[in-house]
Amino acid sequence: MDIGWYLTVSALIFCIGAGGVLTRRNPLVILLCLELMLNAANLALVAFARMWGNEAGQIFALIVMVVAACEVTVGLGLIVAIYRRNLPIDVDELHELSG
Amino acid sequence: MNAGTAIIFFIAAIVALVGALGVVTLRNPFYSVLALVCHLVALAALFLLLRAEFVAAAQVVVYAGAVMVLYVFVVAYVGGGEEYAAGAALRILGPLFAIALAIELCIALLGTGLSGIDGKGAPYVRGFGTPKQIGRLFLTDYLFPFEVASLLLLVAAVGAVVLARRRRGLEAEDDRELERILHQPRPAFTGTMAEGAGLRRAIREIEESGPAVMEQEPAMPTTSND
Amino acid sequence: MATTTWGWLVLLFPLLGSVVIGLGYSVLGRLAGWIGTVAILLSFACAIGMLVSLLGHSAHHRELTSSLWSYDVSAGMDARMGILVDPVSVFMALVVSGVSTLIHLYSVSYMKSDRGFARYFAYLNYFVLSMLILVLGGNFIMLIIGWAFVGAASYLLISFWYRRTTATGAGIKAFVINVVGDVGLVLGTFFIFKHTGTVSFLGTFKAAPHLFHTDSADLVAACLLFLVGAFAKSAQVPLHTWLPDAMEGPTPVSSLIHAATMVTAGVYLIVRLHPLFELAPTAADVGAAVGCATLLIAGTIGLVVTDIKRVIAYSTMSQIGYMIMGASAGAYSAALFHLMTHAFFKALLFMAAGSIIGAMAGSQSLDRMSGFRRALPFTFICFLVGGLALSGIPPFSGWLSKDEIIGYLDHRGGGFEVLGVLGYIGALITGLYTFRMIFRAFWGDPSPEARELEHGHLAHAEVPTNPMTGEEEDTDVGFPGPEHVIAEREWPMKVAMGILAALAVVGGLIQIPGVDHVVNTFLAPSFAGSKLARVESSTGAAWIGLIIGAIVGVIGIGIVYRIYVVRRGASRQLQERFALLYGFLVHKWYFDELIDVLIVRPALLVGRVGESVLERIVIGGGVTGGVTGGVRAGSAAVRRAQTGFLRYYAGAMVLGLFAIALYFLISAT
Repeated sequence: MDIGWYLTVSALIFCIGAGGVLTRRNPLVILLCLELMLNAANLALVAFARMWGNEAGQIFALIVMVVAACEVTVGLGLIVAIYRRNLPIDVDELHELSG
Repeated sequence: MNAGTAIIFFIAAIVALVGALGVVTLRNPFYSVLALVCHLVALAALFLLLRAEFVAAAQVVVYAGAVMVLYVFVVAYVGGGEEYAAGAALRILGPLFAIALAIELCIALLGTGLSGIDGKGAPYVRGFGTPKQIGRLFLTDYLFPFEVASLLLLVAAVGAVVLARRRRGLEAEDDRELERILHQPRPAFTGTMAEGAGLRRAIREIEESGPAVMEQEPAMPTTSND
Repeated sequence: MATTTWGWLVLLFPLLGSVVIGLGYSVLGRLAGWIGTVAILLSFACAIGMLVSLLGHSAHHRELTSSLWSYDVSAGMDARMGILVDPVSVFMALVVSGVSTLIHLYSVSYMKSDRGFARYFAYLNYFVLSMLILVLGGNFIMLIIGWAFVGAASYLLISFWYRRTTATGAGIKAFVINVVGDVGLVLGTFFIFKHTGTVSFLGTFKAAPHLFHTDSADLVAACLLFLVGAFAKSAQVPLHTWLPDAMEGPTPVSSLIHAATMVTAGVYLIVRLHPLFELAPTAADVGAAVGCATLLIAGTIGLVVTDIKRVIAYSTMSQIGYMIMGASAGAYSAALFHLMTHAFFKALLFMAAGSIIGAMAGSQSLDRMSGFRRALPFTFICFLVGGLALSGIPPFSGWLSKDEIIGYLDHRGGGFEVLGVLGYIGALITGLYTFRMIFRAFWGDPSPEARELEHGHLAHAEVPTNPMTGEEEDTDVGFPGPEHVIAEREWPMKVAMGILAALAVVGGLIQIPGVDHVVNTFLAPSFAGSKLARVESSTGAAWIGLIIGAIVGVIGIGIVYRIYVVRRGASRQLQERFALLYGFLVHKWYFDELIDVLIVRPALLVGRVGESVLERIVIGGGVTGGVTGGVRAGSAAVRRAQTGFLRYYAGAMVLGLFAIALYFLISAT
């Protein structure tokens, strides 16, 4: 297949993820949508690696996966901590960092 | 070969997109997690088509296997059942922004006619994307990112532990008890400095005020170097 | 040694004295007075050396300059730290340093119980240094420096007893009026510099006849501004109100600064800049007129004042009026001669006044003094000598010098004759007020203090008070010391007053018309280019003038003798008959009130308006308030973007991403 197809799919997944971030209120789901965006980036990277015949893209994709894992860890830890303090799990309610 | 590749590509792509849409639209967060798992597996298939064997394997094992399981745990613990209605403005604008971005990216990709993406890619070199190749690169050319990534994992682990722990020791009730004990009035000359200075002064005052007072047993222990 | 080296030495000793005393004020004690006196004595000795050395040059080469350091010598400017040694500056330096030495000697006893003894001598040495810089300066810059320093020294010394509010107020008044004069001087210098391009005196005088035609506008403006400076420093009308108040300072200060030296700086200025004044006769006429007006105004006020120091102060103002009148009219060497003799007898009068004030335990009022003739014989003789010299009685020095000025005016003719006649009237008034003071203080029944002193007991005030307002004081630092001194008991005072009395008697003998003219000959090289200085009356006319002057003086003394000695109570009758005139004179011709209304109140009003409107509303409210308000509003507006809602932030990011991608998309096509 032409590499362009893969990139289109990547772009579409990215935008779906962005839309999800903007639309959903549950922070867990927002994190999931973030994962979507990261995966889209991974796909694009691997596609380009295939295009140039250079494994650097794949290695980059692996590192992105590491980053995603770390981010999920910390994010979920945050959500658990918030839950423990009996605060609502809703990003629209958690707006103290304002002004 | 081309036809097979194309069929697999389309199936995987459609599954990925549907999964993505499922993540975004499903109400129950548990279902969103499952949709994401599905999406990840489809993406692994796409990776395989792109000759990224190791990445695909890592995707399934690490991403879908470990990260998503973690998600499942947390969703089970937190729940998050009722989904409140989204705020008015962003309910419409959100998807709008996303669609605008998508259109723009597609125009960028397809409309400009990048020369490289029209082709099928570079000729296949034997061993491209194998674990042996990836491993060799990690330990030679990309050693630094490799080490930094491991450091990042360590930091994340520490962060997660810090975030999730309870306060060590005292609960709220225990806090108050301890404070009460700490703020009690202390008997005289029972601090280090107070003991050193006040003790001598007290003894001197007692001596000066006359012998009758000296008969009393002092309440504090006497020091040898007076 | 070169003449100019002597000149630098003359400046060096007071500087050293001032610095040494100033730095060692806490350890020196009594020694400070002697260090000060010796410093000025050495300066006087070097001035004599300078004189001798100058006389060694031929008459045409007696204008010598020397520069120690160049401030700014470039294309448009030649400012150097330089001195000009010529007959005029040597003359002034001799008078200044000589009289200063005697006054320092006098002060050693007079200020002996004052807690600020060392500070006093440091200030006094600093003053002498400044005055010497003024007279020895070789360019306008040095003149201005000396002028400003002298003003500062005057302020420091007038408010020497700084815990007295009257003294500090007087110091401020003197300083502010002096600043007006400073402005005049600096602006005048600029007007001259604008045309000549040089600040040195010799260069300016050489260039002036070529650059200015007679009475050119800039030159007249410059000379009028110089006159403003001269009037402020020499206490001429209308900038004279500070001098009577300056009597708040210790008596030796009054005698040095406000009689012999600083107030003569204006006369020196006019004499030094005579080539410019000769090219601007309008300004010179203004100077002569103002000098004449001052001598009459001051004389009339002196007739009614009751504070003994203020009588002498008004007398100074009047005599300086003579000098200014003479210098503006062209009688340069006569004016300087009168300056010298006036320094002698006026300093003597002030010293004697200090002695009688000491006998009165600090009181200065003529109303309370009487009959001190037997109690203070030496002081009485000094007063008499000084008074006779001041009134112009032969053969005392004042007679020869004052009448030389009047004689010159008569000889010049035209409008100046009128001024000469007014000068004779002024001489009459001089005799009146001088001997009024002497007869009131020394004739009549002895006052209680005089009676005590006759028995050998010096009066002592129980509670020290301010002589003007009667407020109670103490004798700690910032107020006068507890002990009062009289000349009869202190040898330094006797020596100083004795020398001055001798000079007041014989000082005039060096310039008797037809017999000798030492001063004229000596000063002639400085006035070589002047047309006016060569105007000399014949010996006969001069002697007629002298005789008229003597008669006028004797008449004056006779009138006052009748009023105060023969017919007691006559003065009170006169006061009642001429009550309006008396009131007008007692209020000093209402000058203080006039200045208050014309200048002080508008200035205060401007200040108040500035504070309430300009400062508070415009700057405080508008400028700073506006700026802070704008910043606050702007930041409030920006702050509204920080809503705290995560999804809005995310939306903004997506939008931004969209925009960037759009930009790149467009720029790539």
